Amino acid sequence: MVKVKNLVKKYGTSYALNDVSFEIGEGEIVGLLGPNGAGKSTAMNIITGYLSSTSGEAFVGGIDILENPIEAKKYIGFLPEQPPLYPEMTVSEYLNFVYELKGCELPRDEHISEILSVVKLTDVKNRLIKNLSKGYKQRVGIAQALVGDPKVIIFDEPTVGLDPKQILEVRSLIRTLGKRHTVILSTHILAEVQAVCERVIIINKGKIIADEKTDVLTKTIEDGVQYEVKIAGPESEVTSTIKKIIGVRSVTSTGARDGNACVYVVEASAGADIRASLFRACANASWLMIGLAPLGADLESIFIKLVEKSERGGREGTKGARKSSVR
Amino acid sequence: MLAIFKREIRAYFTGVIGYVFMVAFLAVAGVVFAYTTLFSMSSDVTTYYTMMLLFSAIALPILTMKSFSEEKKMKTEQLLLTSPVSITGMVVGKFLAAYAMFASALLFTSLYFLLLIPYAPLKLAILVGNIIALLLVGGVFITIGLFVSSLTENQLSAAVGSIVIIAAMLGIALVAALIPENYAIRFVLEGLSVFTRFQGFVNGYFEISSIVYYLSVAAIFLYLTIRVYDRRRYN
Repeated sequence: MVKVKNLVKKYGTSYALNDVSFEIGEGEIVGLLGPNGAGKSTAMNIITGYLSSTSGEAFVGGIDILENPIEAKKYIGFLPEQPPLYPEMTVSEYLNFVYELKGCELPRDEHISEILSVVKLTDVKNRLIKNLSKGYKQRVGIAQALVGDPKVIIFDEPTVGLDPKQILEVRSLIRTLGKRHTVILSTHILAEVQAVCERVIIINKGKIIADEKTDVLTKTIEDGVQYEVKIAGPESEVTSTIKKIIGVRSVTSTGARDGNACVYVVEASAGADIRASLFRACANASWLMIGLAPLGADLESIFIKLVEKSERGGREGTKGARKSSVR
Repeated sequence: MLAIFKREIRAYFTGVIGYVFMVAFLAVAGVVFAYTTLFSMSSDVTTYYTMMLLFSAIALPILTMKSFSEEKKMKTEQLLLTSPVSITGMVVGKFLAAYAMFASALLFTSLYFLLLIPYAPLKLAILVGNIIALLLVGGVFITIGLFVSSLTENQLSAAVGSIVIIAAMLGIALVAALIPENYAIRFVLEGLSVFTRFQGFVNGYFEISSIVYYLSVAAIFLYLTIRVYDRRRYN
């Protein structure tokens, strides 16, 4: 449905995208993950025809976006980073305008009221967009992308600036959309990708550093997971006992205290679940364990891991990435 | 294109610019008409249209100042540019909307002269010539306004920039008048002047070359505006 080949985008001498290729099949929900400035928005802007690439090609529905932009754009619904809203219009005026702009042929009133109900905007449809809250404005932006029932829906950071409840709503909406559309979304939040996407393309500094199924990626992340453990007991003894547990790679006492318990960071080696053994060890020694929590892997550490992995694995890593991207 | 045209017209009247433009145009036209014909007991139409030309040089840039700058500022151009509409369609849609505003104001105020018919000998050909001339010049002013608006995010700089360019194009006639002894230069300058050609028109010379001139200048600025958007994708 969407195919990108050797995309390069240069701004002056710096690369926003450097030889990026991927292919997304029909009905996939794919997350573009990367820190701010990684090139996610640039990639999306090129796919939607807003920007041109310095070199390389982008196809939507098999049509080259540069050669035949008007036909290719008919396949796309796009929510840019900042929703493109006209504040002086009401929600339904705005959607009617988008309907005409895109030259839709679906039955108008039915289609628009269906979209309004899908994104839960029916109550505010006659209000001016400028008077809506940020969450509603974002939903109007999403609604706009759905007009014309495009095959490919592209969301650039759809949950930025929303409150936690709205974030959950938008995520579940995206999952629903994924049943009937190809969805590409960009985010810098790992949990979002895990919650919504089947496949992740990780971009850093304009290059793809991983392109895998989400569960594969999750495994990669969990490889060597760290736990924060709070144990009340003599510090040196606790450290040496934990070290002996099978599957523990390292133990460090952070020096922080919670009541009379010390806080330790325990790192497990690949694939090992050490939580049960940890608990037993403490129980045997009659030490109180008052806390055990996994330390969330942040994007930063995943990048380090993935970069290390791809350097270590060399070709192996890239081969794996290719395999999952060609379908 | 039609969608953009309709939205533009609506935007003129949901904001203040449409009303300000219409009210100012009608008010100025009324005053000018009163002074140039009623009070001076004359059926001369040329003075009226020349005054309206000078007024349009300021009013049209204000009408068009938001056309592209506002879209850029609000990032709504991203919607237009990622929709299945050509850049040409977008620019022409906006042009036609501004032109419809101008043409309807001009044609409506031109009806004033019909009131004179029972009382004064009115040369209909000259009236029509004047209207056509101003319709052509207005098209040029609007395309200049649109072009400058596409260059900036700031509507005020768009308005000021276009007024300066229009003033320069009108002012060439004055420069030409200052160097009467060099015919070659004068000929070129007058050929380029919006104003000199307008004067030819309003005095009853229906020159094809002038029509071609106005249409080409308008086409050039529309083309430049399209190029601005075409070009921007590569930056």
